[in-house]
Parts: sequence; C-alpha cells; structure tokens
Amino acid sequence: MQLEPVIAINKVNHYFGKGRLRKQILFDVSVDIQGGEIVMMTGPSGSGKTTLLTLIGALRSTQEGSLKVFGQELNGANPRLLEAVRCNIGYIFQAHNLLHSLTACQNVQMSMALHKEVPEPVARQRSEAMLKAVGLGDWIHYYPQELSGGQKQRVAIARALVSHPKIVLADEPTAALDKHSGRAVVELMQSLAKQQGCSILIVTHDNRILDVCDRLLHMEDGRLSLLNAVPAQA
Amino acid sequence: MMAIPLAWLQLVREKNRLLVALAGITFAAILMFMQLGFRDALYASTVRLHTKLQADIVLISPQSESLVAMESFSQRRLYQTLGFEGVASVSPLYLDFAFWRNPQTRGTRSILVLGIDPEDRVLDLPGVGQNLDQIKLPDVVLFDQDSRAEFGPVSAQFNQGKTVATEVSGRRVRVGGLFQLGASFAADGNLVTSDLNFLRLFEARPQGLIDVGLIQLKPGADVEQVLKDIQSHLPTDVQALSKQGFIDFEKNYWATSTAIGFIFTLGTAMGFVVGSVIVYQILYTDVSDHLAEYATLKAMGYANSYLFSLVFQEALILAILGYIPGFALCLGLYDLTRNATALPMIMTLGRGVIVLVLTILMCSIAAAIAVRKVQAADPADIF
Repeated sequence: MQLEPVIAINKVNHYFGKGRLRKQILFDVSVDIQGGEIVMMTGPSGSGKTTLLTLIGALRSTQEGSLKVFGQELNGANPRLLEAVRCNIGYIFQAHNLLHSLTACQNVQMSMALHKEVPEPVARQRSEAMLKAVGLGDWIHYYPQELSGGQKQRVAIARALVSHPKIVLADEPTAALDKHSGRAVVELMQSLAKQQGCSILIVTHDNRILDVCDRLLHMEDGRLSLLNAVPAQA
Repeated sequence: MMAIPLAWLQLVREKNRLLVALAGITFAAILMFMQLGFRDALYASTVRLHTKLQADIVLISPQSESLVAMESFSQRRLYQTLGFEGVASVSPLYLDFAFWRNPQTRGTRSILVLGIDPEDRVLDLPGVGQNLDQIKLPDVVLFDQDSRAEFGPVSAQFNQGKTVATEVSGRRVRVGGLFQLGASFAADGNLVTSDLNFLRLFEARPQGLIDVGLIQLKPGADVEQVLKDIQSHLPTDVQALSKQGFIDFEKNYWATSTAIGFIFTLGTAMGFVVGSVIVYQILYTDVSDHLAEYATLKAMGYANSYLFSLVFQEALILAILGYIPGFALCLGLYDLTRNATALPMIMTLGRGVIVLVLTILMCSIAAAIAVRKVQAADPADIF
C-alpha cells in the first residue's frame, strides 16, 4: 500500500537574483519523503541544501515546479496558507534561535501557543514534559544565556517537537556541538520522532551521525542525487 | 497567545533600556503638562478678575483691547443704560496701573489699581466686601495678599497688626485691609480702592471717564434681550458685552494678539515630537535586537500581525509606565510654580486625560514607524 508522501517535490527549479544577475540554484529537484522517514541530506556549501529546506518549510515561495507538503501545493499559495503550513512543521536551526527574554519552558510554550485548541495549563504541562524528555528537567526555568550550547540546542529540539509536528526540518543541528552531545542530540531526535511518527529531514556535514538515517540524499550544484545505501564512513 | 506576555517580558529583560525609555517619556509628559499648564494658567489668571465681577452686562470702549490696555469712556453712557427695561443698577469700575513703592526696599513696581464705588458690591473677592468701609477713608487701599512677593511683606506686616503705609504714584497711602485675587501675566499685583481715592491717585485723569461699566439686571430679566436693546440704542462709542462675552474678549486678546498662546502650544508640540523620537529610538533598537527572534517566530508560523501587536503592546506599556511618574512629578512642579509665580497652576482632569492621550498617541506613532522594521525579519534568512 503506497501512502501519499508527506513531502512531494516534483521538478522544482529555484533562482536567486533578477535580470542578468539571475542565478539558478536548484535544478529539476524531485524527491518524495514518506511519513516517519528520517532523511539526511549532505553536500558541499552553496549547493542549495538550505534553499531546498526553506522551500519545504514554506519560508520561501516556490517558483517553478510542484512542491506539496501534507498534500498542499505550495507553488502559488497565499501567505495565510504558508503560515498555516509552518505551524505544523518543527524547525531546528543551526543557531538555536531561542528567545532571550523567555525561560526554557516559555520558549517551548511559544510553539504550543500557536495551537489555540490546547488550553494554557495543558500547553505548560506538555512543554515541561518535553523538556524532561530531552533531559532538561532541572533547567526548565532557566534563561537561554544560563544554558550551555548543547542544552540550548536541546531546548530548540523540545520546541520543535512539542507540538507534535508531522515534519521536522533541521539545518546542521550538530554543527555547534561536540561529538558526544551532537550524537546524543540526533539520537534524541530519532527516538522522539519514532514515538510521534513524524518525518525528519536533516541537512548535515557531520559524518558521525549519518548512520541514524533511513535514506541519504546528496546535493551537488543544485542537483539532487539519491545515495541508496548508507555509505561507509568517509 | 496571551499566555506568555512576551512584550512585557522583553521590556523588563533590558532593565537599563527600560529605565532610559521611561525617563524619556516621563520627560516628554512633564514638558507637555507644564506647557499646557502655563497656557491654561495664563488664560485663567487673566480672566480671574472678570469672573468675579458682579455684573450681567459690561460696557467697555470699543478701543479697549484687554484689561491692560483699556480706553476710558464717558460715564454718561453707563447711566443712560438705567433707562432700559430690565436694568436694576449700574456701577463704574476704574482701572489703571500705578507705581507701588515696596515699603521695605523702597523700590517701585507697577501694580494694577481698581477703583470701585464702595456703596456697591461689584467685586466678589474674599476680603473686599468686609473692608468696603475702610476704603471710604481717604488714601486707604486694600492690598491683594496673593500679589508677587516683590511688592514687599505687606500682608505679613498687616496681619501682625502693624500699620502699612507706602506710596502709590507718589501719593502716600495706607493699607486698610487685605483681599485675594492673585497675580496674572498682566498684573503682578492688585489694589482695590474707592472711586474717589482712585481719582486722587490718578490726578491727571479727566473726571467723568470710566474704564468699565457694570450693569446688573433685575431678577428674571433676559440678558440677551437687554444686551440687544443696549447695543442697538447706544451710540457706537461704547461696546456692550455679556459677562461671558467680556471673559471671551479677554481670552481672545491673549490667545490671538500676543505670542503667548502660540508659544505654549508650540512648546507642547515640541514635547510631543521629542517624546516620539525617544520612543522611536527605543523601539527601533528593541526590534533590531530581536530581529532574529522575530524571524524565528515567523518561521514557527506566527503571522506579521502578531509581531505588529507585540511592538504596539510595548509602546502602550511604555506610554502608561512613563506617564504615571510624569503625572506625579507634575503635581509637585505645579505646586512649585504656583508658589513661585502666584499663577493658578492646577492639575485638571481634562488636562490629565489630554496628556495621557497625547502620550499614548506619541508612543503609537513611534511604534507605527518602528514596526516597518519588523517586516524586514525574513524567516528564510535564519537557516
């Protein structure tokens, strides 16, 4: 039985700049990602990985080709729809991008606040539970600047996952972390994702974590190629 | 979305910046309060005498511009009005400036002298009514105890039971009592005396000319009707006004024929602009500092409108938190000004509301400009 893919990308081209300076970044990119899949994407800098990620995350408008998330066509979608799609995607950034004025718990709650059907006390409980799940049970009421880099990244993961998104997009989540905590963070994402049944797309340069994924994609000069098997450690 | 008061948390996170912002807004509010206070005090002080006149209709010369620039006219015109239906009584009022010699320092200073008929009760001022017998005596005057201090410690000495005698226009006079009127922008101090004493002080004035004619009507008489009758039957060398018309006439002089009304309105506008610039600076810096965070919120699915309301909430919080100390400090400053200048500087509910509205408007305008920066927060840039 073939389920409809959570992300369906078909012949997407993308350009930056205008007129003579117009430069094509993505060439004819096509890929499907199924529910519950963990996909990693590697490739040199400037190859277009992040651009593809922002297109899937509805942070940029799709220019050419078809890009469907949850079956919704994003090419030509209005800003309201894009905002609605974003609410159902969890983002983990290279920099943690936490709100400095809020505690760890409040940061996580900001993600819940978008889901108005969840009452405030429930949102708070779920936020605290999620922070405990990422191992920050003792740090719930600390501000970001009081936490270490690994802890901040774990808060960001809790924020991305607390609202049970169907898709998690992560851009080099381990770049700022040492080997041990980088590994721990990815395994955490993997186990939480398996529990919640969501798809994860991770852009990474980090060879140490590639074995976690179900499928490995490689981006080079704006063209996507599929590496079927998990490669041996390079 | 109100579960986490992000606007408030962001403001209190940067305590120093918050204090600077509040100081700026407080300063702007005080500036507006003082300017509006001065303007209203000016108007109130210049018409304080007018409101205390016991008259329904007032006659003045058409060439008179204000209380400080009165032309006199023949008292015959005033007595002519006794013939009109509804007029009960008339009384003359003499006005002029004379030099008062400070009994202590011997320096002289210009003071406003009011001459009234001691048989008529035409001035509803505390201290005048009970001392009318005093001014029937030759060369006896009543002194305004709310006059500026430069006239000397007259009321203090008088209250100690001492005889206060000095010179007015080179003529020796004695203070026979105290009354309360207060200094205005026009006159630093006031004297009340009888019409006869007045003419003794101003010997050069021709007899039979008065400055203001006060007309009292019989109970139940229609002021508008009598006013119309007088206006249409008296020659054009006098002008008849209702009491309110006389008050408006004076206010209008100060508002339009002097720079003062304009100056204080401009001062208020300056406070408004300065406040707007300060709040804009604070909000702009705040938005710039949080731009990456705002972009993150957008990426999470927050709409632009949420971020707009965030900035406006911050502006509103700043406006109200800055207004409260401004209001409190102004109560003290008004007191200080009142004691230093004898001007009627008082806080009114209306002015409190106007400045609050201006402060909120000021912060909203600043927010409306600063909010454009929020649109620059591009969620695609933060990956």
